Amino acid sequence: MTPRVTGAVTLRVLEQLRRDPRTIVLILGVPCLLEVLLQQLFGRDSPVFQHVGAPLLGLFPFVTMFLVTSITMLRERTTGTLERLMTLPLGKVDLLAGYGIAFALVAVVQATLVSVLAFGPLGLEVAGPKPVVVALAVANAVLGSTLGLFTSAFAQTEFQAVQFMPAVVFPQILLCGLFVARDEMARWLRVISDLLPLTYAYDALARTAANTFDARFALDVAVVCACIVLAVLLGAATLRRRTP
Amino acid sequence: MTAEAIRVDRLRVIRGGVVVVADLSCSVERGSVTGLLGPSGSGKTTLMRAVVGVQQVASGTVDVLGEPAGSRPLRSLVGYMTQAPSVYGDLTIRENLRFFAHVLGQPASVIERALADVSLEEYADRVVDRLSGGQRARVSLATAMLGSPELLVLDEPTVGLDPVLRRDLWELFHRLAQRGATLLVSSHVMDEADRCSALLLLRDGRLLAQATPAELRARTGEDDLDAAFLRLVETGE
Repeated sequence: MTPRVTGAVTLRVLEQLRRDPRTIVLILGVPCLLEVLLQQLFGRDSPVFQHVGAPLLGLFPFVTMFLVTSITMLRERTTGTLERLMTLPLGKVDLLAGYGIAFALVAVVQATLVSVLAFGPLGLEVAGPKPVVVALAVANAVLGSTLGLFTSAFAQTEFQAVQFMPAVVFPQILLCGLFVARDEMARWLRVISDLLPLTYAYDALARTAANTFDARFALDVAVVCACIVLAVLLGAATLRRRTP
Repeated sequence: MTAEAIRVDRLRVIRGGVVVVADLSCSVERGSVTGLLGPSGSGKTTLMRAVVGVQQVASGTVDVLGEPAGSRPLRSLVGYMTQAPSVYGDLTIRENLRFFAHVLGQPASVIERALADVSLEEYADRVVDRLSGGQRARVSLATAMLGSPELLVLDEPTVGLDPVLRRDLWELFHRLAQRGATLLVSSHVMDEADRCSALLLLRDGRLLAQATPAELRARTGEDDLDAAFLRLVETGE
């Protein structure tokens, strides 16, 4: 890995994003809109909003970055730029890390914006420190990016890549403990839940909201970080210098 | 230092169960402008992909500048222009060039030179998607030339360009060769053959001939290179 090359990729990805103001508005605006809807739907002081507001705030970046990255990477594969990059002095990890850093930076802005809105005018309250919620949101964005990079290898068209979102993301959201507490799940669902990275991401957010920084919180964060590293390595394995 | 920039030895490539390059051996001299000619589907792109090291090969070897094709030291010595422009359509020309120059570790000065080489200075701040096909191809060519690579592998760089630009580009190729670079340039039109110092003629994944234009004329007794190509096909079968 070469910092110069990683930085070049990050800069390029951000430049591409800057040329696409509509996407920026969607990335930053949609989570805010959803958070407003949630608050209006259940009411400011309802336990539901107070219970799911913070975890959802932390999970939005996961979903958006998953989509954005998988499509960008797919484009790189289909337009021939990836083949071109593979002939250059650029490590596979440089490319993946470059993407990861770029989208993490976007996630910082996204998560900060939603936090300011949710903790301010929307009246969301958490027992734990708010910056930790933002930090976890950024970590989830990176997790989403790296998983998106990895799954984009299995899509040949943008249609397929978009369908991976419900296929890969929705089951994780359903089973992470947000809708049904994990203790109340059927045993086999619980086992699957244990295997999904988002379960740990959600749990860390829920524990931050409740201000319980115990050993399980540390485990959650460790699992999320390990999954990021794993997804980068798996993603690197799907990038081939030589293709048929 | 070997005299050959490229040495291909009994290269065999199979794609989707079909043999697209069959036991092909050839070489490209250093400092030459070698034309890789043949009809579309003859294996030109596959051979070029093997030279830059992105093609999975079934057997045989490809050596480039004395190293196995695609090996790490070659990645900053070989410039590759793909057939479809492989640049970022949502960035400007300058942003594209800046990115590739960063990756190659080249200073910003190489960007202006590349822009001038392909006559795109006045469009430098235009977004690539808004350019014509020929302009886009030249952006792709400019990115391949960044940092003065020792070997330039150009897949149909002059397709769709007007005659004046085509002439300018061939002059540029020869200037680059005079500076010491080697160029492997593919084309499916025989009238470009005369602009090359050496030729590799390909058909159905096989090498029909490796010769200079003059040798080709002498061998076939045809003055027209298109006719010479036909003669080779007929006598070869």
